[in-house]
Amino acid sequence: MLRNWRQRITLTDVVIWAIGLSILVVVVIGAIATLRSGKYALETWFDLSMSGLALGGVYALIALGYTLVYGILKMINFAHSEVFMSGPFTAVFLAEALKRSGFFDSNPVVSLLLVTLVSALVSCGIAVLLERIAYRPLRGAPRLVPLITAIGASFFLQYFFRGLYGSGIRAYPNIPILEGFWSVGGLRVFRTDVVIIISAFLMMLVLYGIVQKTKMGKAMRAVSEDKEVAALMGIDVDRVIVVTFALGGLSAGVAGVLYALAFPVVNFYMGFIPGIKAFTAAVLGGIGNVPGAFLGAMVLGVVESLGPNLFLDGLGIPSANQLKDLVAFVILVFILIFRPTGILGERLAQAKA
Amino acid sequence: MKRTLTALSVLMVLSLLLAACGGAATEAPVVEEPMATEEAPVVEEPAAFECTDAIGCVTVGPDEPIHVAYLLVISGSNETLGVDSRNGAEIALADHGPVLGHEVLFTGEDGGCSAEGGQPAGARLAADPTIVGVIGTSCSSEARAAIPLISAAGMVMISPSNTAPDLTLPGNENQWPGYFRTAHSDLIQGAAAADFAYNFLGVRAIATIHDGSLYAEKLVEVFRDAFVALGGTVTGEGAVQPDQTDMSAVLAEIATGAPELIYYPIFMPAGAFITRQALETAGLEETHLMGADGLFSPDVVEGTGDAVEGFYVSSPDLTAFGDAYMADFVPKYLEMFGTEPISIFHAHAYDAIGLLLTAIEGVAVVDADGTLHIGRQALRDFLYSVEEYPGLTGSLTCSEYGDCADPVIAVYQYHVGEYPPERIWP
Repeated sequence: MLRNWRQRITLTDVVIWAIGLSILVVVVIGAIATLRSGKYALETWFDLSMSGLALGGVYALIALGYTLVYGILKMINFAHSEVFMSGPFTAVFLAEALKRSGFFDSNPVVSLLLVTLVSALVSCGIAVLLERIAYRPLRGAPRLVPLITAIGASFFLQYFFRGLYGSGIRAYPNIPILEGFWSVGGLRVFRTDVVIIISAFLMMLVLYGIVQKTKMGKAMRAVSEDKEVAALMGIDVDRVIVVTFALGGLSAGVAGVLYALAFPVVNFYMGFIPGIKAFTAAVLGGIGNVPGAFLGAMVLGVVESLGPNLFLDGLGIPSANQLKDLVAFVILVFILIFRPTGILGERLAQAKA
Repeated sequence: MKRTLTALSVLMVLSLLLAACGGAATEAPVVEEPMATEEAPVVEEPAAFECTDAIGCVTVGPDEPIHVAYLLVISGSNETLGVDSRNGAEIALADHGPVLGHEVLFTGEDGGCSAEGGQPAGARLAADPTIVGVIGTSCSSEARAAIPLISAAGMVMISPSNTAPDLTLPGNENQWPGYFRTAHSDLIQGAAAADFAYNFLGVRAIATIHDGSLYAEKLVEVFRDAFVALGGTVTGEGAVQPDQTDMSAVLAEIATGAPELIYYPIFMPAGAFITRQALETAGLEETHLMGADGLFSPDVVEGTGDAVEGFYVSSPDLTAFGDAYMADFVPKYLEMFGTEPISIFHAHAYDAIGLLLTAIEGVAVVDADGTLHIGRQALRDFLYSVEEYPGLTGSLTCSEYGDCADPVIAVYQYHVGEYPPERIWP
């Protein structure tokens, strides 16, 4: 038994584990040092966690698009960040018009729903077109081909929208009902954060329900297992794939509006960074796995928000916040060392049909 | 047999090549012909222009335009900064008209306001030997990557908006021959901002945030040193990434020091996010917020919403420009581009073009047929020796390290929905 172990452990494993352990040690020492210094009040930690969770909620909705497409096509849709950008960048015009006409102030909830609907529909439309024009003709091609196409499509969409709406920035109007915060036992809970976290969680539940409980979901899981066999069983594979892209697009469009609630400035380049983060979140949670994408995104959001102050401040690193992406990606490496397929593992369907 | 054929064909190719080169060589003496024929009237012009310039000449044929290029940020979130400068340059070209009988061809590259964008854009411009001079860059990070390439190609480069001090400080790796600027060095802007904060606002404790760009880092450094020299204290130094949206962590860190003013001379949209989120950070609700000329743009009003109220920026003082600015330049801008100036470095770009064209007129050797020969080193020398050039932004005198600006800094304050912001100091 012992000999068996010794044969299975290679030098690479030892090195990788050593890296993992040193990350852990740095994180723990840094966190203890920061907490002992008492530089930050409890309220600050709470504020940071909440904004991290809200950011995580947005990442989660984008990550769902990556994860669904990956689950079914085993393909990383790099143009998804542009699908995300297209919705809020289009809906901002509606929001501006509603604000000018005064409708936004008299019916804020209806307006917000309208804006979300437009954003979701635009993103959904772009995602479906993308599938039809850029990916379907390459269905039988080697896996690298659609991947490179996706990168090309991403640039095309970015500059298409730049041409369409200009390269300047646009801003969403202020929404008075979402401003301010509730005080809960001395802690501040921002309304925007709450709305974002709850909406993201609900969207995730809906998508999970569709994948697990509906007939279409069953077909999606079947296609994800084996396309050819699914086709033989009478499943229209192309239709399933279109629905998958449409669902991913819808959730990206909703994510776009939630993102704009927190960070109300949109431009043609806004999708890039959240797209990369959401992709990271999907990998972190286990790509192809719907609850995994949500969990991964929440972990990433919180680590990004708390990490630099918690882990690095105590170590005396100046301007630690510049390193927040570094912290996030080191944590990704750390988790992948111990869970190579992500927190929840790679699978679209948890309970196999 | 086959080998002989190969050898023969190689010889053929070689001889063809020789013939081609020879052809070029034999063309030159053609000009000598009138000299050889004795009965021709005495020709005043030198027979053929011979370039003696240390780093080469640009020859512009009789009907060819003089090629001037720009390297500015004309897309992305800092688009207004570069487009505004380009507009200023185009007005200058229109005002000036033909140079020594030649039209001016004005083309350019997008530098993207980053080192990653400045490097390839600089390389493309440097590869074009027809270019006499470059107007650019917009951002100091771009400049740091592009200047070595442009300088090595022998061109001159005049920036309307680079403000990082080291670009014109002697004895450091970022100061290159052939680089000039009509914008102020941030040694002046940072000191003025510190003076405003300490003496006008009366704050004693400040915190700073930069975004890792050359411009922001240097400006923060100058501001901090000047503020400490005045007797103030620095309670926190933060940094963000240019594309960061969630600033809550860095603001929480800053808030622990309870500063009276936060100085973040960065760009859009990160600047707008800090302004918005500072209001929501416990302990920073009443703190003064201040940026610099990178945040002087209509995008700030658009992107910051209601939170923009009271936000300070330092910037070149537009009222210190000569009368021609309001009376002449702004109406022309409005006429040509359908808007008031959209950023602040249009007049500097106007002067950059003015300097360049004046220098070309000063050094170009004109042949009888109108051909221009512009010595590249001569052009640089001319610019280094410019004294009291009457520009829009003031009276420009270039230092031996390329500083041509006549800087006057003012502080402006934003109000909701209003652009340009209100000038409040000095």
